Amino acid sequence: MSLRKNLPEIFDQFADARKNGFIAAKALKEQNIPMVGTFCTYMPQELPLAMGAVVVSLCATSDETIPEAEKELPRNLCPLIKSSYGFGKTDKCPYFYFSDIVVGETTCDGKKKMYEHMAEFKPVHVMQLPNTQQSEDAFTLWKNEIIRLKSLLEEKFNVEITETKIREAIVLKNFERRALKRFYGLGKLNPPAITGTDILKVLYGTTFKFDRKANIDEIEALTDRVLAAYEAGEKLERKPRILVTGCPIGGVTEKIVKAIEDNGGQVVFFENCMGAKAIEDLVDENEPDVYEALAKKYLSIGCSCMTPNPNRVALLDRSIDEYQVDGVIDVILQACHTYAIETISIKKFVNASKTIPYMSVETDYSTADIGQLNTRMAAFVEML
Amino acid sequence: MKIMGIDSGSTTTKGVIFNGTHVTHTLIVPTSYNPKSTMENLQLALHKLSGDDEHIPVYTTGYGRDLLSSKKQSITEITCHGAGAAFLNADTTTVLDIGGQDSKVIQLDVKGNVIDFLMNDKCAAGTGRFIEVMMRTLHKDLLELDDLVTSHTPVKISSMCAVFAESEVISLLAKGIDPGDIALGVLDSICERSAHFVKRLNRDAPIFFSGGLAQSKSIKISLEKHLGVPVHTHEKAQLVGAIGAAVIGYRKLSASRL
Repeated sequence: MSLRKNLPEIFDQFADARKNGFIAAKALKEQNIPMVGTFCTYMPQELPLAMGAVVVSLCATSDETIPEAEKELPRNLCPLIKSSYGFGKTDKCPYFYFSDIVVGETTCDGKKKMYEHMAEFKPVHVMQLPNTQQSEDAFTLWKNEIIRLKSLLEEKFNVEITETKIREAIVLKNFERRALKRFYGLGKLNPPAITGTDILKVLYGTTFKFDRKANIDEIEALTDRVLAAYEAGEKLERKPRILVTGCPIGGVTEKIVKAIEDNGGQVVFFENCMGAKAIEDLVDENEPDVYEALAKKYLSIGCSCMTPNPNRVALLDRSIDEYQVDGVIDVILQACHTYAIETISIKKFVNASKTIPYMSVETDYSTADIGQLNTRMAAFVEML
Repeated sequence: MKIMGIDSGSTTTKGVIFNGTHVTHTLIVPTSYNPKSTMENLQLALHKLSGDDEHIPVYTTGYGRDLLSSKKQSITEITCHGAGAAFLNADTTTVLDIGGQDSKVIQLDVKGNVIDFLMNDKCAAGTGRFIEVMMRTLHKDLLELDDLVTSHTPVKISSMCAVFAESEVISLLAKGIDPGDIALGVLDSICERSAHFVKRLNRDAPIFFSGGLAQSKSIKISLEKHLGVPVHTHEKAQLVGAIGAAVIGYRKLSASRL
């Protein structure tokens, strides 16, 4: 990344990472570097990294292939699942095409049943993720599943994944997490330094950059640039500060962030998968058992597929204070039961314990609801 | 100082002039295929009514709120309905507005500020459109609703979807069921649905009911039955959005002139 570029260009560079990553992915395949596709943050990325593979998120973010998916999957299903399945089925996603294996987890009902069908046209491995973080048995199951994934990868790619390599990967991923945390931590600045749209561009784009070390340097350099500009007086106007939580966003669902920021709000924190949810906690580098360390970190991710799900509330609690949040928007993808049901407890927590306004919005991968989203967001911001 | 408030809804466009204490002039016209020109015509007509030579600042709300180029500012219908309801009835803490193509519940604090809201804008069931379609199927005018249902027994309408409910009404008519019984059934069905909607936000406080349907006594009675709390309305309840826009506009302009 050239430091001579203007900040907006750098943000766009991250936004274009997904598109440009296609070529990078092809080049990697030509060098015979394995690619592991994922659909969830629960996949311990350190394992593929330890064998020199690259990891790519396959969660689709457009409605282009939904009609194709609906030939087989029910219409009343989460758009992320339908669209991801559709992209796989139609071979329209180069990342899916280049992935040597897809690793899924038993997270939500929609995904785990979808993998059964996906396995018919792609090598799929599904990790048995417990639906609770509360018991010793759940932890043991997850730790064993991580070890099982390691053996599976070793066998499939005919490599040895040593503990030393895993440790190196843990250190590298922790560096990346720290860099990303420092970057999205810019959201704490008040008046703001950057828009939520730009924060999301970087968080999303960074998942399509395959050279982890270069990626870390780019993020650190970008944060430095923003901070320097801020100290030199480049500050944004103060606006009501919004925290976005709930289902994964990215691609077409950026319409939510746009609707918030077009109507007078400023997104300062993303709690979603693409945001802090999976980045916030590091893997313990001092834990003697690497599998224990990985299991601990990944099982603690506060997704609504966990019951109960106290870690989501704990992260919200902390970030609402640290980011001086004025209001919370909970994004629910249509037919996502776990997040939809959890809105009740999140609303109660935000309204009663944090005494700030909360609104949940249900949306899908179409652009049909942009008018309604604008009205809702404008009304929400007027309320603050 | 005078302020004009215009609420550009999907079915009707409403306008009021507010002088800081009273709503002095009001106008309701059907929204045409061109909501922008409907707003412009309404603005002209209201201005004429007021007999003023000077320009009256306009604040807009509703679906077409951003269309009027001469507006001072646009404000969402949520905020305006809240402010309008609090102006018409100072004790209001919960507003139910059943509009032509959406419905909303708004919760207010004691000062009349919006603290929470819900909107249904995905489905015609639970909106004014539902009753409009059913009345058309019954070949009756919406204004006759109260006369039509008085001393009738409601038939159960089981379809929640406006399209299916229309077929249901047609088959009930074919069976020779009295149109008054059917109309009361339709009305009961939308009120039951609206009551569930209100209960998602409200904890047993009286309701201020606004929107075009608030003109109907029978809808108010049915809502009270389903909600189990008093339902208040106002002769100007259809104008509540426009009144809210004018009241907020008045506050904003007064504050900026201090």
